[in-house]
Amino acid sequence: MQTNQLLLMFCGALLLLGLLAFFAGRSKAARLRGAGTVMFAQPEQYAWFTVLSTAGPAVLVGALGALVLLLLGADIPTLYLLAASLVVAAIGLTVSLAQVRPDFHARQAIERVIRLTLAGAALISIFTTFGILFSIISEALRFFQMHSFWEFITGTTWNPGASFLASAGRGDGSGAEFGSVPLFAGTFMITAIAMLVAVPIGLLSAIYMSEYAPRNVRTIAKPVLEVLAGIPTVVYGFFAAITVAPLIVNIAGFFGLDASYNNAVAPGVVMGVMIIPFISSLSDDVINSVPDSMRQGSLALGMTKGETIRDVVVPAALPGIISAALLGMSRALGETMIVVMAAGMRPNLTANPLEDMTTVTVRIVAALTGDQEFESAETLSAFALGLVLFIVTLSLNLVSVLMIRRFREKYRVNNL
Amino acid sequence: MNHSFDDISQQLKRRHRKSARLKWVSMGSLGLAGLFLVFFFADMLSKGLPAFQQAYIYTEINYNQEAASDGRRAFDEELLPLISRTVVRVIPNELRNNPDLIGTSETRWVLAKSEVDQYLKGHRNRLSEDEQEAIETRVEAGQVDLRFNTTFFGTGDSKIAGNAGLLSAVVGTVMTMIVTLAISFPIGVMTAIYLEEFAPDNRFTQAIEININNLAAIPSILFGLLGLAIFINFFGVPRSSPLAGGMTLALMTLPVIIIATRTALRSVPDSIRHAAFGVGCSRWQVVRDHVLPLAMPGIMTGSIIGLAQAMGETAPLIIVGMVAFIPDVSASFTQAATVLPAQIFTWAGEPEQAFVEKTAGGILVLLTILISLNAFAVVLRKKFERRW
Repeated sequence: MQTNQLLLMFCGALLLLGLLAFFAGRSKAARLRGAGTVMFAQPEQYAWFTVLSTAGPAVLVGALGALVLLLLGADIPTLYLLAASLVVAAIGLTVSLAQVRPDFHARQAIERVIRLTLAGAALISIFTTFGILFSIISEALRFFQMHSFWEFITGTTWNPGASFLASAGRGDGSGAEFGSVPLFAGTFMITAIAMLVAVPIGLLSAIYMSEYAPRNVRTIAKPVLEVLAGIPTVVYGFFAAITVAPLIVNIAGFFGLDASYNNAVAPGVVMGVMIIPFISSLSDDVINSVPDSMRQGSLALGMTKGETIRDVVVPAALPGIISAALLGMSRALGETMIVVMAAGMRPNLTANPLEDMTTVTVRIVAALTGDQEFESAETLSAFALGLVLFIVTLSLNLVSVLMIRRFREKYRVNNL
Repeated sequence: MNHSFDDISQQLKRRHRKSARLKWVSMGSLGLAGLFLVFFFADMLSKGLPAFQQAYIYTEINYNQEAASDGRRAFDEELLPLISRTVVRVIPNELRNNPDLIGTSETRWVLAKSEVDQYLKGHRNRLSEDEQEAIETRVEAGQVDLRFNTTFFGTGDSKIAGNAGLLSAVVGTVMTMIVTLAISFPIGVMTAIYLEEFAPDNRFTQAIEININNLAAIPSILFGLLGLAIFINFFGVPRSSPLAGGMTLALMTLPVIIIATRTALRSVPDSIRHAAFGVGCSRWQVVRDHVLPLAMPGIMTGSIIGLAQAMGETAPLIIVGMVAFIPDVSASFTQAATVLPAQIFTWAGEPEQAFVEKTAGGILVLLTILISLNAFAVVLRKKFERRW
């Protein structure tokens, strides 16, 4: 029988057992109550208790069994596993029905099960993080067995071509070079351009919205800025490649400069625009949380409004603003679609933003969409790059969290 | 006295000018962001709107004996280079399915070649001068026209620009989102309920909290690496399937839903909980019957926003292989499928001019869906907003 059909039948059987448990539990409890006994819980609660003790163990056995099958590759047919699970369900049903007694606290039992289930759900976020870490590190380690870690960190040539030939049966892949410096240089160049656009515009917009703008302008401007954050990155990528890049080539040509169509400025600028709402929205919150007494004190000393903002409000909000900028930077470093579509593919170690250059995320995508087998050094190099990206963005996020916490403690605000 | 009255008043003037300058500069930067938005939408509309129209030719189709084996025989010799290949290709099939047609003829609008389409829209094209003249005379006779592009919404992807449509991507998007929501919504809401209503404040819950905040800020492409390594290589989920894509996106959406749900739960005042506890409810009964219904609008808003975010995501889906060429609508969660953003990405990589228009058209459809989803979330929040 097909696994799909088997699973479907299993689910049907489990559902039937669950329904049976519900009605059996309820009728037994109702019968007891009808006889005039004082019950510790409502009939429905007994019914739910029997349902939970029927389905819970069965699902647990099924899931654990499937995991063991996958991990150990043991040769037990799925049929037996599902049958065992149903047997457990039946046992659970009989045992729990026997427990439906007047002095049994069904409600507390349900409560315990629910608490455990909820905690289990909460664990999934931890599993996800470990999953990311585990999957990336294990594949990255396989890569570092083939190529030296030192060369990866300090090498200035990224040329995986030879590993492709090796996987095609030609050569032994010895000529492949995985020096990631040009990729990180490209990433940082584009990130720097993005931050040059996003930080001033984002911060100044936040200052205008929280210090100057009348209420109605604010209520319109904020959601409109949020639209920028809601535009999918693939759309930004298309816009950068089709509209902004030729524009930049034309402008550079006007000044007598020679720009590539895959220049770093176009994705940088568009990425900067994408990040504006992140920075402006968080900075706006932070600036709003600076206590008014500080502004009043400054104004009372004869400062102009501009001086108050520059010398009092912004320095007070600085931890929050830095936190916003770091968060934006972490986004720019990990951003993929814009650079995949608008930046180049050629690893290029240069300081000229008008030349084409490539980034870490572009190479990750390139390595995983090629015709390579998974074991090849080029495919695995994606995970090594991913590992570095993970470490860098994680530390930026952590620093950002610490900064905002410091601000929160200083001014005792709860809404950040 | 070194400073005369005039000096100080001069200085004051300077300081006030400087202050005013900051106001204008900050206003200008907000305006700049707005200007960009206007420029962006104008650009997308001008590039994408033509995709909703396409060139059709009004012509006679002769269903003769030769056409049954060679579809080209059904058309006028001089018109052939102007008609889309897909129209020609289906004629033998049609005749095989319906032999009664043979010997009859019919006059109707058929799809023109994408070069004709581009020529009519005034774009770059590769038509010869003779062909251009032929089109001009037919335009005057009303036999060539731009009409609403049903193909664009009614068919799947195609390597022939004129015949490429969005349908398979839309279906793929819906299936992927079903998987995403089915996984992330229950788990997200359950996690939030645990953290907000049940959990004691200890190391374990703090670890979960920090973890969730971190997950929300991890680059999306890393979720793609996770999906590839764990779901596809380890658990053997079929590559390119809505199941693989949906599961990957679900893990990404999870923190968004958790954070939104926690905020919604927190905004329900404690007096409600105290009253429920006071009449003897257990903790779960308080949550299920009192807190959760009151927090539901907030939870829905957050989930819709998370869903919209997932719907626009491409990078992790590329990693799990959802950029496949899918001409037919997929029928199951384990078949290869593509989603709207991935379709846009594929089209953006096509070298033909006609695909630029398709890409921008797809972008308009995607943006319309996303903006309406977000607007719906805002309306929901406005409607159910409650001051306690």
